[in-house]
Parts: sequence; structure tokens; C-alpha cells
Amino acid sequence: MKPVVGQRVAKEPCQGCLVGFGPEKIRQDFPALRVTVHGKPLVYLDNAATTQKPQAVLDAVVRYYMQENSNVHRGVHFLSQVATQAYDGARTRVRRFLNAAHDHEIVFTRGTTDGINLVAQSYGRKYLRAGDEVIVTAMEHHSNIVPWQMICDEKRANLKVVPITDAGELRLDEYERMLSDRTRLVAAVHVSNALGTVNPVREMIALAHARGVPVLVDGAQSVSHAPVDVQALDCDFYAFSGHKLFGPTGIGVLYGKAELLEAMPPYQGGGDMISAVTFEKTLYNTLPYKFEAGTPHIAGVVGLAAAIEYVERIGRKQIAAYEADLLAYGTELLSAIPGLRLIGTAKDKAGVLSFVMDGIHAHDIGTILDMEGVAVRAGHHCAMPVMKRFGVPATARASVAFYNTRADMDALAKGIHKAIEVFA
Amino acid sequence: MSDLRELYQQVILDHYKKPRNFQRLDGANRHAEGHNPLCGDQIAVYLHMDGDTIKEISFQGAGCAISQSAASLMTTVLKGKTKAEAEELFAKFHAMVTGDGHGADPMELGKLAVFCGVSEFPVRVKCASLPWHTMRAALEGKDEAVSTE
Repeated sequence: MKPVVGQRVAKEPCQGCLVGFGPEKIRQDFPALRVTVHGKPLVYLDNAATTQKPQAVLDAVVRYYMQENSNVHRGVHFLSQVATQAYDGARTRVRRFLNAAHDHEIVFTRGTTDGINLVAQSYGRKYLRAGDEVIVTAMEHHSNIVPWQMICDEKRANLKVVPITDAGELRLDEYERMLSDRTRLVAAVHVSNALGTVNPVREMIALAHARGVPVLVDGAQSVSHAPVDVQALDCDFYAFSGHKLFGPTGIGVLYGKAELLEAMPPYQGGGDMISAVTFEKTLYNTLPYKFEAGTPHIAGVVGLAAAIEYVERIGRKQIAAYEADLLAYGTELLSAIPGLRLIGTAKDKAGVLSFVMDGIHAHDIGTILDMEGVAVRAGHHCAMPVMKRFGVPATARASVAFYNTRADMDALAKGIHKAIEVFA
Repeated sequence: MSDLRELYQQVILDHYKKPRNFQRLDGANRHAEGHNPLCGDQIAVYLHMDGDTIKEISFQGAGCAISQSAASLMTTVLKGKTKAEAEELFAKFHAMVTGDGHGADPMELGKLAVFCGVSEFPVRVKCASLPWHTMRAALEGKDEAVSTE
């Protein structure tokens, strides 16, 4: 069994990592983890696709609809004030969670994809000119490729792609070389959903800033795994989704530095984003409302705030340490399986074990694991260029959250052995 | 395990590991490509039509055991069939894998009956039917790629 560079394997299961909680106790907070699949207990290892929701989030959403439901920023009546308070209070919670400087730098969106499209359509439309360049990495999710292709096509600008190594690590030297006077923006994923690679975003941002280039960080896969401090990173934009952070679907956050957001035109028009409307001229509202047209997903925002509170109670440092241990354990287990090849072996990884097997397609592995109650994703993970880079049509991907245990990893390995048996 | 064995029958695994008629067809006068964007399965089907009859058929592709074995078995049963017979066989095959059999006799499907287990796995129906959709596109002489989406 080859040790994995840079990953520490604890001798004993890291029960104590989740101070005062422990994964078994934590699991009781997640009703969906009690589901049985084909008569077997669910082993949920598809957290990079979406995470399960703790009871506290479900309760917050139900309580909102039962006792607080009203539109925000509109009514003088009691319920509207309660809802507005909950909505604006959630923004403060998100601001603290990301350690942003101001509440008005937090824009509620539908999710990471929506946030990236906002920046592409608003920032990109205003600043991109023919011949300009936008830099992305070779490990982006489609949601951080296609919005840039769309605006680059429109503006006759060029999309540049930073290559990655066979281990799935960014070629930082190539990135540095690609930054030029023509670069208008860098959009990079923090943690790759297909490979698990943690990108050196702090260095990437410093290099871009040295040339006056702003950086958008796709945080969809990072917020749930480790602490994120947007001021320490000094990123210009940071987007994430609520549903990958144990919150509801349909809600997300775009952080943007105030001076950048101020200078950007609105993304969508409608109610709430205006301060005065006549048929001749409309005055736009201030930040962040300028970017929140229409009645927002208030219940989603309330649920997201509850999810953040839950995650903070466990502690993101503890989560990171616990998951690193779990990932190292899983990596060791899977590496020992004959014919299995891990795709994505970066030194710095979070949350993801992507793999292929000799003679067994990922889709078949997915079906066989499912019959064992083990939920993984099989496919291209919305990152087809990554699959192409590694010369595989698809991978099977197990992705962890803090409620997963070493027993879940054992079940995964057992399921893979079952697949080998079926295909023998 | 019993459900799994019903899906991954030995005949299916055999055709997956040793696909029949797996080549480009010299002298093919019809050809179509199909893919499943969900999982990346790819199939190219080649036909040599003699009037209304499939004189020769072959395929190439990459993908899961279900899609590749379905393609392989399809080529073994369609050789010598007329266009109408191929269409009829596809209708029966499709009814079986979607579980919309209405008591269709599996005997009529001959060795294709090994795919009866697919109906228990709704997400895998597309895998089994992709080669057939691609074959039909080739029969129709359509140029654009077939997609299961």
C-alpha cells in the first residue's frame, strides 16, 4: 500500500475531531441519512453533487413559512418586518461566515452558476473588449466555462485555459505566463468537483493583482470543507451554493468587493433593484439590492442562515481536519484495490475520490454500488474537459461530508469488490 | 446480488468483454453516431444495405457494459433482416427494457431477452436503447448525431 504524499492517516478513527459532536451523533441530525436503499442503509457519498440537510435547516424553513412568511422590504406590517429582519440578518451571517468587510458585498443568488453568470454578464459586458482575455483553469466545472464562453463570443474576447498536471494540479508557472496586458479577469475553481484538487487561489490572486486583474473564485466545493476568508484571500468575487453547504437548493451567494459591484451595471431588472422608476429613467437601488431583482428566495435565505449556523457550531477547522483524515483513509483503501486508478492525486485535496476501474465502466460501478446502498456519482461531473484531459469517458466519484464515517468508506470499498466479482 | 445478476447476465458480460462485429464496415452505405451525454457512452453504427435488407452491420464505441453489449448483440440479430423487421424488433426490445411489455413474449426476442433485467433499472434504459436509436438513425440515413437527451 503506497502512502499518499501530503496526506496524513491517523492510526485511530478521528472520532474526537468533531469536538463534542462525533459523526455518529451528528448523523442523527440528518433525517435523510436514515433512508434505506434496496433494503440497505444509505451510504451517502455524493456530497459534491449536493449535501443532506440537518433538521435545524428543515425546521427553519418550515418555521419561516408557518410563522414569518411575508415579502421583504415592502410592507409596514408585522410579518413583513419579521421576514425582512430574517432576510437581512441572514446576510450579516453570510458576511461573517466569509469574513467579508460589508453586508452589502453579499448578493443572494440562485446558486454558484447564477453568481458566475451575474459577473460574466455584468462585469464582462461592461469591461470586455475584442481581443481581451479571460483566464480559467482546465479543471473548471461547466458553470465556470460556459458563462465565459458566452460573453467572450459576444465580445470577441478569448478564453485562455491554464493546463493541469497528470496529478490534477494547476500549472502555476503556466498560469503566471498566461497573465498579460490583455487579461481582464481570472475565474478559477477553489476546489475541483471532479478531482478534489485544492487550487492555490491565494497565490493565483496575488499574481493576478500584480497585473491589476480581478479574480473570481468558484467556491461551490470549498465552503463546506474548510474556513473561507475572502479578505485574507483578497479575491474580488467568490460564489457558492447553499445546497452544497447543507442548506436548501435554489439559493446561493455571490460575494463581490464593494467598489467592483458599485461600478457594475445591474444583471436583471425588476422590483427591489430600483430606487425610482419612470418611463423615462430608472434609478437603481444601492448594493446589494441592485443585484437582487424580484422577490428573493426568502425561505432559502433563512434555510441557508440556519445551515451556516449549524456548520459554525461544528467548526470548519474541525470539519477540515476530520474530512482530511477520512479522505486519507478512503484513499488508502481504494489504492489497495487491484485495477483501480484514482483520477486526481494532488497533494492538496478536499472531499473527493474520483476513480476508474480496468474493464468496468463508471456507470456500471455506480449501479452496483447503488444496489449496496452506496450513493456515488458516475459520469463526467459537469467537467467534460477534465475527463478528456485524463483520457477517460467518465469516472465514479465518492465525495464526503463531515457526517460520513470510516464505515462508509469500508462500504464503498466492499461495493467496489462486489463490482469486480460481478465482472469477473 | 440476484437483481444484479439479472442485469449483468453472463451473455451481457461476454458481449461486453468480447464485442462482436466491432469494427468500421468497409463498404458501408449507411452510418450514424449516437451518444449519451449523461455518461459519455458513444456508439457508431455502420450498415451495408442491399435494397431494404441489412446485408452487413457493425459498430464501434465506448461505454458501459449495458450499452456496449446491447450494441454487440444487436449486430448479431439484425444481419439479414429487412428494415421493417429491424423496426419491429426494436419496438419489442424497447417495450421490454422500459417494462412496457404488456405480456410481450420474450421468446420472440430470442437472445435479446437477456436485457429483460434492465427494466428494473430505469436509469439504465438509455444505455440499452442507445445502439438501437443509432441503428434507426442509420437506417433513416440521418446525418446528425443521435443523443439520448
